[in-house]
Amino acid sequence: MKVRIPTPLRSYTANQSVVEAEGATIAAVIDDLDRQFPGIKFRMVDEQGRLRSHMSVFVRAERERDLTTSVEGVGEITLMQALSGGH
Amino acid sequence: MAETPIPDATPGWSEWQSLEGTPDHDRDGPVLLVGTRKGAWLVAGSADRRHWSMAGPMFLGHVVQHLVLDRRDRTTLLMAAKTGHLGPTVFRSHDLGRTWTEAAQPPAFSSGDRHERSVETVFWLTPGHADEPGVWYAGASPQGLFRSDDAGDSWASVTGWNDHEHWATWAEWPDVEGTPDGSIVHSIIVDPRDRAHLYIGLSGGGVFESLDGGDDWTPLNGGCAMDFAPDPHAEFGHDPHCVRIHPAHPDRLYQQNHCGIYRLDRPATTWNRIGDNMPAHIGDIGFPIELHPADPDTAWVFPMDGTDVWPRTSPDGRPATYVTRDGGRSWARQDTGLPERGWLTVKRQAMTVDALTPTGVYFGTTGGEVWASPDEGAGWQPLVRHLPEIYSVEHADPLDRT
Repeated sequence: MKVRIPTPLRSYTANQSVVEAEGATIAAVIDDLDRQFPGIKFRMVDEQGRLRSHMSVFVRAERERDLTTSVEGVGEITLMQALSGGH
Repeated sequence: MAETPIPDATPGWSEWQSLEGTPDHDRDGPVLLVGTRKGAWLVAGSADRRHWSMAGPMFLGHVVQHLVLDRRDRTTLLMAAKTGHLGPTVFRSHDLGRTWTEAAQPPAFSSGDRHERSVETVFWLTPGHADEPGVWYAGASPQGLFRSDDAGDSWASVTGWNDHEHWATWAEWPDVEGTPDGSIVHSIIVDPRDRAHLYIGLSGGGVFESLDGGDDWTPLNGGCAMDFAPDPHAEFGHDPHCVRIHPAHPDRLYQQNHCGIYRLDRPATTWNRIGDNMPAHIGDIGFPIELHPADPDTAWVFPMDGTDVWPRTSPDGRPATYVTRDGGRSWARQDTGLPERGWLTVKRQAMTVDALTPTGVYFGTTGGEVWASPDEGAGWQPLVRHLPEIYSVEHADPLDRT
């Protein structure tokens, strides 16, 4: 599936805004991203497996914080930074 | 799937720019490592400390809590950073910040941690003992302690601290009495005579000591006031802001606390409130304390207003350092060159000293200014203005000065 990458994470993806990744759940897709782009996972998911508070994941235009959410049959997910994280 | 090229290094700075419009000059003097709320910069002085250049920004927009050069190899530079959205990490450079790589395993609590803790901020970095090249310690928020044995590339939990049976009590977890930006481990100190002898400061929580390389810890807060707590004689729960060990006389420690300035001469375990000798109208509240590199009786503080609602700006809006040259028995005001009025704060990592004679003293302000005194605080001059809020200023003596 396609994964849309927000600007704060593009230093990991060679500045690509859209990359390909595979997985049955959001967590699995993020794990696949981390295999391709080492280090990207820890910037958005903490060591207890929780999505960091100022990151969002959109699946079928819905905001999802539960990383066990299935993405079977989903063609695209979007990673976003939340407005709340601005400094 | 097509292979995607992964950048192996993030660019940092590319060129030095002379301050004050001076021509190019030698950079054989002090190098200051400046971490700010929105990136990091270097400031380098000539050997006579009359001319200065700046390089940066590095990681513009990143919150840089601490930027520290390894004093052992004088080459490895570590940065504690995060952004508003992204999690905390450590970046490493071996070319004085021209290029950076991220730690392969940043500081993190163990997965499945019994308190479900996750590192929110890497706040403090300290190189390990001279006999342990490549060892570093990191302090975090919440109050975690981490160690690297490979020059900052991978970090492991110091379980003797993070999983100590009293950790949750000492750290007041989860009902923390922490700093506005979260509770932190700071002031990680390695006794230069004994790599197993460690001190740390918790805001809040107090000063703690380990004699076995971090396997076990003991509170070390006797004599320290705790005006904000119901039991002023409690063994822990204090709020040290900055703790320093004298590098040449490591039995002597100084502490700027939320409630006073203290000195401790080991093996004693009771801190002596030397801030009582400060002028009463100034008080003895502040964030940083810095020590003369050779003279254990000389220390500098930057007092702030701890009255009323705690503005944390200079008392009466008149910025000054205060110096003691007799171990805290007396203090002298130093404000020559500083603005007559200024509403600023100097944070706990934002004051440092160089290794020259006479000692240069430096501080960075919440208003984005770096100030320097080449004569031990007798006179001050601004080096840089208009940076973001400054979180840390550290002196470095790098091998590479090109």
